[in-house]
Order: sequence, then C-alpha cells, then structure tokens
Amino acid sequence: MKVGLFVTCLNDTMFPQTGQATVRLLRRLGVEVDFPKAQTCCGQMHVNSGYVPEAIPAVRAFVDAFAGYDAVVTPSGSCAASVRHQHPVVAERSGDTTLVRGVDSLAPRVYELSEFLVDVLGVVDVGAYFPHKVTMHPTCHSTRLLGVGDRPEKLLRAVRGITMIDLPEAEECCGFGGTFSMKNPDVSVAMGADKARHVRESGAEVLVAGDNSCLMHIQGLLTRQRAGVRVMHLAEILAAQEVAA
Amino acid sequence: MIVTRTFLGTPPFPVAAKAALADSQLRSNMRNATHTIRAKRARVIGELDDFEQLRQGAADIKDHTMSNLGDYLLQVEESLTRAGATVHWARDADEANKIVVDIARSHKVDEVVKVKSMATQEIELNVALEAAGIAAWETDLAEMIVQLGDDLPSHILVPAIHRNRSEVREIFLREMGKVGMPPEADLTDEPAELAGAARRHLREKFMRAKVAISGANFLIADTGTLCVVESEGNGRMCLTLPEVLITVVGIEKVLPTFSDLEVFLQLLPRSATGERMNPYTSTWNGVTPGDGPQEVHVVLLDNGRTKVLADEVGRQALRCIRCSSCMNVCPVYERTGGHAYGSVYPGPIGSILTPMLRGVGIDEATDAMPFASSLCGACYEVCPVKINIPEVLVHLRGKVVDSHRGGVPGALQAAMTGASWTLGRGSRLALLQKFAGVAGQVFGRRGVIGRMPAPLSRWTDARDLPVPPRESFRAWWSRTDGGRRDNGSQPTTPHKGRGKR
Repeated sequence: MKVGLFVTCLNDTMFPQTGQATVRLLRRLGVEVDFPKAQTCCGQMHVNSGYVPEAIPAVRAFVDAFAGYDAVVTPSGSCAASVRHQHPVVAERSGDTTLVRGVDSLAPRVYELSEFLVDVLGVVDVGAYFPHKVTMHPTCHSTRLLGVGDRPEKLLRAVRGITMIDLPEAEECCGFGGTFSMKNPDVSVAMGADKARHVRESGAEVLVAGDNSCLMHIQGLLTRQRAGVRVMHLAEILAAQEVAA
Repeated sequence: MIVTRTFLGTPPFPVAAKAALADSQLRSNMRNATHTIRAKRARVIGELDDFEQLRQGAADIKDHTMSNLGDYLLQVEESLTRAGATVHWARDADEANKIVVDIARSHKVDEVVKVKSMATQEIELNVALEAAGIAAWETDLAEMIVQLGDDLPSHILVPAIHRNRSEVREIFLREMGKVGMPPEADLTDEPAELAGAARRHLREKFMRAKVAISGANFLIADTGTLCVVESEGNGRMCLTLPEVLITVVGIEKVLPTFSDLEVFLQLLPRSATGERMNPYTSTWNGVTPGDGPQEVHVVLLDNGRTKVLADEVGRQALRCIRCSSCMNVCPVYERTGGHAYGSVYPGPIGSILTPMLRGVGIDEATDAMPFASSLCGACYEVCPVKINIPEVLVHLRGKVVDSHRGGVPGALQAAMTGASWTLGRGSRLALLQKFAGVAGQVFGRRGVIGRMPAPLSRWTDARDLPVPPRESFRAWWSRTDGGRRDNGSQPTTPHKGRGKR
C-alpha cells in the first residue's frame, strides 16, 4: 500500500514536530509513508471565508500531489473534513471535469490519523509510552464533520503510563473557527477563555487534540495566562516512547 | 401607548457582540438559560429511539412540500375558503401590514391582542398598527416582558431569555400600570407571583379585545387547518375569545396532509422547550358558527421566501419550524445573546435566514451575519429538520464575497488572492515558510509572539502566537531524507517551545 502524508499547511509551516511524529509513528507501525512535495493546503481557509474560486489552486495541488497514492493520511480532522466535504464543491465551481473526477476518486481515500490507525491499520495500541496526566479536546470537525467517534480516545487510553482526565464540556467549540478568530476576535476569545478554564480546572498537565489549529488558539490563551498546561497533538503522544536511560 | 422598537441601526455583529460580551449580567442569564434548556432537550430527545428517522421524515416532508409549493398553496386557499376563512396573498411586509391594518380598521378598533408570532415580528406589524393608531398587545408572557420593557426580542421562542426574574419583576412594577392592570405593590420575583400578575393584566385585555392576530406553526393543505403550538394558553385565549381572527403565516409553513402533523408534533416540543408535548396545541378550520371567531382571515406571506426557495443550497432553511434548538446549543449565541445579530431571527438559523430574506451585498450588518459562526456544527447536530446550517453559512459567505468583487480589493481580498497564489505550488509555500522562520526569530520572545500591531492585534490582544520554527516540515523532510538521516532526539515529554513558561 502506497501511503502519502498530507501534513497540512499549518503543521508544515508552524508545527513540523507533528508531521515528524506522524512519520515516526507510522514507520514504527510498518507503514513507509511518503511526503509528496507538490502538496500545499486543503483550501478550507479560502472556502470558509467565502473565497471559493481562490481555493481552486490548492485543491488542484492536492489532487496532483496525491492522485497516485492508495491512501492519504493527515494529522488534522479539520483538513480531512475539508477534503471530504468541500473539495467536491470547489471542483464543481472550477468547471474542470478532470478536477471533479480527481476529487471524487481521491477524497474517499483520505483519512484523519485516528481513522487511519483504527480503521485501515486496525491498531489501537500503537506501543506508545507517555507517563503524564492528559485531557482531550475532541475538536468539532473531528467529531461532527468527520465522525471519528471515540477513536482518538481509544488510542490514547491504550498508551502506557498515561492518565486520561475528562475535560468538562469537552464537546463545546474552542472558538478558533479559522478566520472567525480574526473577524470576531472578541467572541472567539470568550469561547476560548471558557475552554482554557476547563482545561486548567481539569488538573491535566497536557491538553491533546487532533488539530493544531484549535490547539494554537487554546495554547495562545493558556500561555498568555501563564497557565503551565502544555498542548500536544495526538500524533506526538502516540509517537512518544520510553527512552532507555 | 407603547412604541415598538426595531432592529434598524444595530451595528455589524463583531461590534454589537463586543458590547454584549462586556455585559456580565447578560452573560450569566444566557449561560444559565441555554444550558438548562439544552439539558432538557437532550433528555427528551434521548428517549426517542427513532429520532434520526423522524428528523429525516420531517426534512423529506418539507422538501417535498417546497418542491410543489405552488400546488399546495392553491390547495390551501381552496380548503380555507371552503371552511369559511378569507385568504389574502401578501408579496412583502408592506402588503401584509396593509391587509391587517385595513381589516382592523374596518372593525373600528383601537387595540388588538396578539399570539406570539415570528412572521408578524418579521414584518414589523406592531409598528404598522401603531402608526394607524391601533395598540397591539403581546400576550405571550415573554413577548409581554419585552414589550413592557421597551426592549427587543433576543430569542425566537423565549424572547426575554436575556432577562432574569428580578429584572422581570422590576419591569412589571414599573410598566404594567401604565398600560392596564397593575401588579400587586408587594410583588416578589417568585415565578408563580410574576405569572399571576401577568395573568390578571392579560385577562383584562382578552375580555375586551374584538380582534386577535396570530401566526401559525403549521398550515395543512388538505384540510385547511391552522395550528398553533404554545405553552401558556394565552394564545388559545386570543384564538377563541375575540370576534375576528387574523393569521399571518409564511408560505413555507404548509404541510400537505393532516397526518404529517404527527411527525412535527413529536419533534417540535422536544426540540423547542425540551417537553414531550407542549401544554396547548390549538387547531382551527375557518369559521365554526356560534363558536369562536366568526370572521377568520389568513394572510399568506412571501416576503423573500420564494427568493430563498430559488437558492439550491439555501432553500433547506425553509424547512425551519422555529424550534430554536440551534440557538440553544450555539456557543456564539450563548455568549452574545440575540440582540447582537440585529434581526428578529438571531443565532444560527437567523444567520442564514436573515441574509437570504433581506439579500446580501446591501448592508454591512446583514453581510456580517453568515460570518458570526465558528462553524462548529452543533446547530446541524440538533436541528429536527436537518438543516445543514454550516453548509449554508459557508455558501452565503461566498455570496457575500462575490457581491463585493469587482471594486478595489480590500486588505482581506488582497491577502486571500496572495494566499491563493502561494498555495497553488509547494515551492511557493516553501518560500513563505523561509520568511516565516526569519520573522519568528525577530518577533519571538520566551517561545511566543506577544502583542503585535493591527491587523495581527486581532489575534495577539488576548492570545499569544506560536513562533514559526526555523525549519518547516518540508525543509526537515528534504534535509533528513524523510527523517531517515535525522539524528535529533525523540521527545518523550511534552515538546519544548510549546506552552513553555
């Protein structure tokens, strides 16, 4: 099986450690993942801001980069959801029937990380070790748009040494919302402040999520508050292993 | 006489929301109310083992009706006329208001009683009646609180949701006596006492009124039956006591047959108030000789609905049964309340319905509405008629942007065009990442970027920004041959530079 990594523009640019962790994790599980360099972005920033025609180049780049792969794995619930639900809309708008066909055949082969691990590889215990108190923000697009269900939680509970703590009102949106965070900063921060308060009150050392976009927003509030809670992507915890002393 | 306020002049959502967020009493009232109703809804929806089938059924019935709306409306007219009602057709708010005012005038009344109705709020009927010298008394408890308090509704089902009971007591003591029966001087904020004061105040109006005005939750084509679903019984007072009844109903309220009602009567109360069944469900067919109103009018209202129907993505909004469950679960609405949206239809459904009814590209406040959402999808999850609100929001954002194309591009348009070009090629993104890495070294302090000037201040006023790394993922991939030649240590503890103090 030829597997391509769609690292996403945000991880590529801001959080390379998440992409590196995904590569380490998949390699450890026997999957030799490839990174086609023609990839850029899923285009959802443009689509969600109302700039659908401007998303066409990104969608085209996505299809060009990944058409030859049997499966595409991405450490982002939001970007996976964009590929599945928005790429057909963008392709339609382009009027390019080749792009429409490319999107239709590729989109079903794109998996968010926890989906790929649980559904495609059939693993729950990925052999990780992480002796910390962790709470999880499930993220709206993973739960409501993709429907990943309890896959991330199952994967985390199988990690050796981990203590999972419930996050109060976990399913509530953190308030990031892409350009919403800039167009409506006051509401975005009000939502994020409540999320950050729940994280602090949970007593966890680490907040984990399957999307660095939400984490960037929550972390921005936590560090401004000097909260001392760290944020990590799901891939980073699942990649973590015990190091021989 | 009361002068009804309107939403005209409300600033765009981001500005209005900022003011609302600063009101801690409002925040606390809204949080309490929405969380209470959310929990009640979840409990009674959880009892249904066929909720998914019911909502699909409801969506299918509505979609079928909307695709054959012309035929069903003609059937409605025929059934209603046969039952002794007079049917009026209104293209827009002005036509509807004129029809109602003329009927009221023909009976030489200076007051009417009103059943809670969103359609009449949408067309600002009370303003039109007041202009004609006719007082319109709202008889729904919460609508009355809003009306007495010289306030605006902030929720489609619980219009005074932004008020707590001590505020209600103050409004009653201050205002009730000016327009009718005053409350007892020693009124407390006990709900039963407040309800008692409202009952005495309203009874006087019910007994006196000659003309009543209502909306309708459903309008059934084959029987010509109108249906109002309510909790208090004040609606039924209006529907049965006066001699003349005028019902203003949006054309999307049609259901083909009486048996379709069972699907909606299971969904509406559970989704709306979190009750298995609402206390009062009134149905009527035209005129019944010797019983109830002897003159019955029905005003079929378009007011933009056919325009919504013409929008292939947006038309699903016409399925809406005004249950308000989308508002109650919305994290944005919960924090700002309804007034910030600047429409009688606030919250998620309001953010799609209002711009479609009014049209986009006309005023800034309407154009801001589709952007008043983080697209979290909680609304779609609870909607009993499966309106994919996030999908329509994104669709309308595109329409708003398209309506402003062609002029001098603004800063956002320029940024989006630049980003579009950058994201067309991996090599261009790589170049941007090099710049970001350098910028990170310049602006980063203690592992984060703190306060920055506008427009970045929109992020950094309250949130730190992470420092872009020196090396992007793709640069690392190239340098290390996909990590195969990476001799860096593997972190087992939380990554450095993340949440670092």
